[in-house]
Amino acid sequence: MKRYLLVGFMLFGALFVGACGDSRVHSQAVYMLVDTSGTYAKEINKATRIINYLLATVNPGDSLAVAKVETRSFTEKDIVAKVTFDKRPSQATQQKRVFKTRIDEFSKVINGSAYTDITGGLIQGAEYLNETKAGIKTIVIFSDMQEELGKGTVRDFPIKLDGIRIVALNVTKLRTDNADPRIYLDRLTRWEARVRKAGATEWVVVNDLENNMESILNTH
Amino acid sequence: MIDWHSWLFWPGSVALSVLALGILAMLFLYAARKPMHGVIHSVCNLVTQSTRFISRWLFLSAENLRLRNQAVLLAQSQESVASMIDREFERVGNIIRKDMQEFPVLQRKLLEEATRIEEDYRRCGEVPPPPPEWVAALESVSQIKSGGDIPRKLLEDINKSIQKIHDKTVSEYRRSYEERHKILKGMQPVWRSVDKLMVEMDKKMLTLHSNAKQIDDDMTKFAGMRAKDSKTEHALTVSAFVQLAISSLVMVIAMGGAFINYKLIALPMSEMVGASDYITNNLRTSDVAALVIILMEASMGLFLLESLRITQLFPKIASMDDRMRHRLMLASLIFLVILAGIESSLALMRDMLIADKASLMRDLASAAPPASEGWMTNIPMAGQMVMGFVLPFALAFVAIPLESAVHSLRTVIGVLLVQTMRGIGFVLRSTGVVFRRFAKVLELSYDVLIVIPLMVERWVLALRGNSIAKGQAKSGSAA
Repeated sequence: MKRYLLVGFMLFGALFVGACGDSRVHSQAVYMLVDTSGTYAKEINKATRIINYLLATVNPGDSLAVAKVETRSFTEKDIVAKVTFDKRPSQATQQKRVFKTRIDEFSKVINGSAYTDITGGLIQGAEYLNETKAGIKTIVIFSDMQEELGKGTVRDFPIKLDGIRIVALNVTKLRTDNADPRIYLDRLTRWEARVRKAGATEWVVVNDLENNMESILNTH
Repeated sequence: MIDWHSWLFWPGSVALSVLALGILAMLFLYAARKPMHGVIHSVCNLVTQSTRFISRWLFLSAENLRLRNQAVLLAQSQESVASMIDREFERVGNIIRKDMQEFPVLQRKLLEEATRIEEDYRRCGEVPPPPPEWVAALESVSQIKSGGDIPRKLLEDINKSIQKIHDKTVSEYRRSYEERHKILKGMQPVWRSVDKLMVEMDKKMLTLHSNAKQIDDDMTKFAGMRAKDSKTEHALTVSAFVQLAISSLVMVIAMGGAFINYKLIALPMSEMVGASDYITNNLRTSDVAALVIILMEASMGLFLLESLRITQLFPKIASMDDRMRHRLMLASLIFLVILAGIESSLALMRDMLIADKASLMRDLASAAPPASEGWMTNIPMAGQMVMGFVLPFALAFVAIPLESAVHSLRTVIGVLLVQTMRGIGFVLRSTGVVFRRFAKVLELSYDVLIVIPLMVERWVLALRGNSIAKGQAKSGSAA
């Protein structure tokens, strides 16, 4: 009988030690910024597809947040939906359903904003991601990366994006870019330099949403 | 990098410098000839002696190990054969106790049947017909001297009487035969019963005979083991290799089953212990938990078979008193059933989780749900549940090949170790022999390098020898 007690204790010990493992190191957190300014607001259907892809890809224990980029985006009010999925797969599936419903509702009532505060969104995203203490942190920017700040909005200061991956999605070419592609390329180079200077671990641009979706998340 | 020009005495004339270097080296080597020969001999001798010593030690160790292996192998086999003989004796004992105790009854029955048969036989014996009285009457009539009608009448009367008596006798004779036939017919079931009894006895004796033959064979093996003859040892060693191969094969199959089992419960275990918990960088807690469940099942199976005395890996369980052993057996069986039940429900949960995830994926992709195929869609789920319940019991039997592998592995490793030690010993001995010869080769090679000074030495010695001989010859002739 002692033998069984010993085996039982060992099993409980193993499970207890397992349960105490640091799960956050292996989890990932994704903060997606959706540009809703001007004509880009029309791209919301693509954004929804990407959010659905993210929902299908993230695992139990991961965190996901979707926020809109507006005139001033450094505010929690711009976060459309955020969730840290339960460790149990069944609960995580339920949470994903609820998340999807919220995103569907958001996509129906979207209003184009006058300005585009990407930097504010980045700072807000970094704050959220750092709070999650996830092992892999990613900010996904669904925008043309053309920042336009309103009067009185101050964003020309160094930001901190330590340990965060930045993925720019669907960076569409503007009319001026078509006239002079250097503007587009300079814009991307400027953003890359800025986020790298801010401490970002990676800068990825994904424009082919049909075939290159897997580049959004770091699954290594 | 060293500039080779620095070695030249006269950098302007390389050939001359090389020649001078060569002569100097040759002179040095000639001067160092004896010590160098000594070094060569010492080194080669050292290597030879060392390898010889080590190889001898290896051969001795291998022999000791072989004897130890032999002792263990024979002891194990003796134990195994003794238990087999025990079992055979037990069987024979059971046969004798169960069947032979019926023998007196059987014998009594047989005797009764035999007595009945004997009585019936006696009863059906042929009764001779009564002697014909008319023969004496005929004789009397034939002795009458005076003729007339009287004898004729008498003869006619006698004829009539004879006819009557004859008919009566024949009918009685037939009746008596009929009765005897009836008796004989009545004996038929008795004969059949006797025949059946004899067949039964024969069967029992045949079983006993085969058991006795098995015991004889085992005893022969046992005697071979006791005598420690090489044939038996060889047969046992080969048997250990075969057993290891078979057990390994069975264990590989069992591992395949365990892997399927693991796949069945790994996903649903994440529902219990969390899908995002990790023990190490790549080791999920849910995976480890699933593995622990499977190992628990294997352990319970092991304890169950141990308590049933099918395997004997734990002497403590084998030596337990029967009541305790039965309790242990019951406990193991209950645990195994509980674990099988858990696994079956986990298999069901797995199916539900997969279905839920598939439904979510459809929602995300805005795809229409697939058309329901009725009860057909439930077949995989039922299959998984059945597998989840059955696999733990199948896994329990892995204890048998495991025991076999544990026992035979000792012999196999022992044999391989002995062979390896012998092999290394042989290589070292060969190296020693080569080095003993190599000393001479090195010595001669060294002498080749200083062949010119040696020739000079030989010439000087020969010259000196000649002058001494001449001197001796002169002094001899003067004397």
